Amino acid sequence: MLQINVIKKLMSNEGDIKLHAEFEINKHDFVTISGKSGAGKTTILRMIAGLTNPDEGIIKFENNFWFSKEKKINLPCQERNIGFVFQDYSLFPNMNVKENLIFALKNKKELDFIDYLIEITNIKGLEKRNVNTLSGGQKQKVALARTLVRKPEILLLDEPLSALDSEMRTQLQNEILKIHKEFKLTTIFVSHDLAEIFKLSDKSFILEDGKIILSGKPMDIFTSKRLSGKLKFIGEILHIQKENIVYIVTILVGNDIVKIVEADNNSNLKEGDKVIISTKAFSPILIKI
Amino acid sequence: MDSSFFSPLLLTFKLASITTIILLIISIPLAYWLAYSSSKFKAIIETLVSMPLVLPPSVLGFYLLIAFSNENFLGKFLKTYFDLQLAFTFFGLVIASIIFSLPFMVQPIQAGFSNLPIQLKEASYTLGKSKIETLFKVLLPNIKASILTGIVISFTHTIGEFGVVLMIGGNIPNETRVVSLAIYDEVEALNYSTANQYALILFAISFSILLLVYTINKKYLRNR
Repeated sequence: MLQINVIKKLMSNEGDIKLHAEFEINKHDFVTISGKSGAGKTTILRMIAGLTNPDEGIIKFENNFWFSKEKKINLPCQERNIGFVFQDYSLFPNMNVKENLIFALKNKKELDFIDYLIEITNIKGLEKRNVNTLSGGQKQKVALARTLVRKPEILLLDEPLSALDSEMRTQLQNEILKIHKEFKLTTIFVSHDLAEIFKLSDKSFILEDGKIILSGKPMDIFTSKRLSGKLKFIGEILHIQKENIVYIVTILVGNDIVKIVEADNNSNLKEGDKVIISTKAFSPILIKI
Repeated sequence: MDSSFFSPLLLTFKLASITTIILLIISIPLAYWLAYSSSKFKAIIETLVSMPLVLPPSVLGFYLLIAFSNENFLGKFLKTYFDLQLAFTFFGLVIASIIFSLPFMVQPIQAGFSNLPIQLKEASYTLGKSKIETLFKVLLPNIKASILTGIVISFTHTIGEFGVVLMIGGNIPNETRVVSLAIYDEVEALNYSTANQYALILFAISFSILLLVYTINKKYLRNR
């Protein structure tokens, strides 16, 4: 079990905020953290990894303290058994794909394990490639494979899929899930994408203004208040056009664009607003595709 | 042309090579510290390192001469305990050149470190690698261009220095008489043709070295 109770003052462009993260994660769980940017999601991952020091509190894995202000313990990053996948992949440009993996090996003889990782993350054929010539998705797979070389117990992923197109995202989500199970990892995943959170996580935390305001199974925390025989989608307004006496609002939902007719613009909607589209679920038509 | 013609040339390149090698060894840890430290002394050290950029060489040379003199503490200390004489010796020239060219080596390397994404370093740490291993296997190989720039500028700058060398070294043949001093001497003695030979050689060498480096750097940047 990973136990965290830390306080850290953060500087953001909206003034300083006090990040107070308190939660526990069971072994082998897949956990997502979501929340607005600047809420402190990345900082939580960095504190677990040992890249950022909390101001106060404890971080405890199993029975070992990784950080304790009181006991003056602060285990260096190198000794925490974690794998960290950065948002920008952070592959070493002076090494090719395979060299990046070999660099992470503790025992340089375990080359079989490297080959196994290349196999399981589907990067076979890229071994000799210069990392700068890879696509975003390929880079992410290599970064993932590289963190696994050390056989970490906890895998920390900082919005690893945010820069990828939706097809690549789906493919990598599946791979991350496969790896999570195969290596019996405890995974903490920062994400904005609701679909991704539903698909991947056993448990989810929502962070707002430095505090965890909701936690639980994604199905419970994202739908509890809302599920009442209605269909609901979250979207972003792309365009509002007045036509005679009605307004036509164009909304982006996922990757689809829908048009909705509003009788009047009561709620002062404007372009760029996030909105919920909801309708009674009396007669939707479901077609298998 | 006899051996007395080549002696200043050899001396100059010996001085520049030794200075550059020692500078490289000193500058990597110094530049690393300046790039990553948040110490409150950083500004002071940074200023001190950069002083030779703005000080007239004669000022620096003057103070070094005073410091190296056997009358003063440092000079006396080195003379008594290590039997080292710095003023008017080749060894003194090396020390003075190191101080004088320090910013030319430290600044490009520091800039190289600072321009690398911090995540490269952190990624290496999360893979369990120590600071030293990260430095030699991840950071330095990725700032080759900056290191090369530092080496070349320090080397060529040492070849060209005049004021400091004159103050510290005097102008002793085979010991401290480098090319830049020899040119000055020959001109004073109205031996324009010898002065021209020295000057031309220096010009040609400096031009070739810089040309080579810019070509290599361009190629390196293209391959990135």
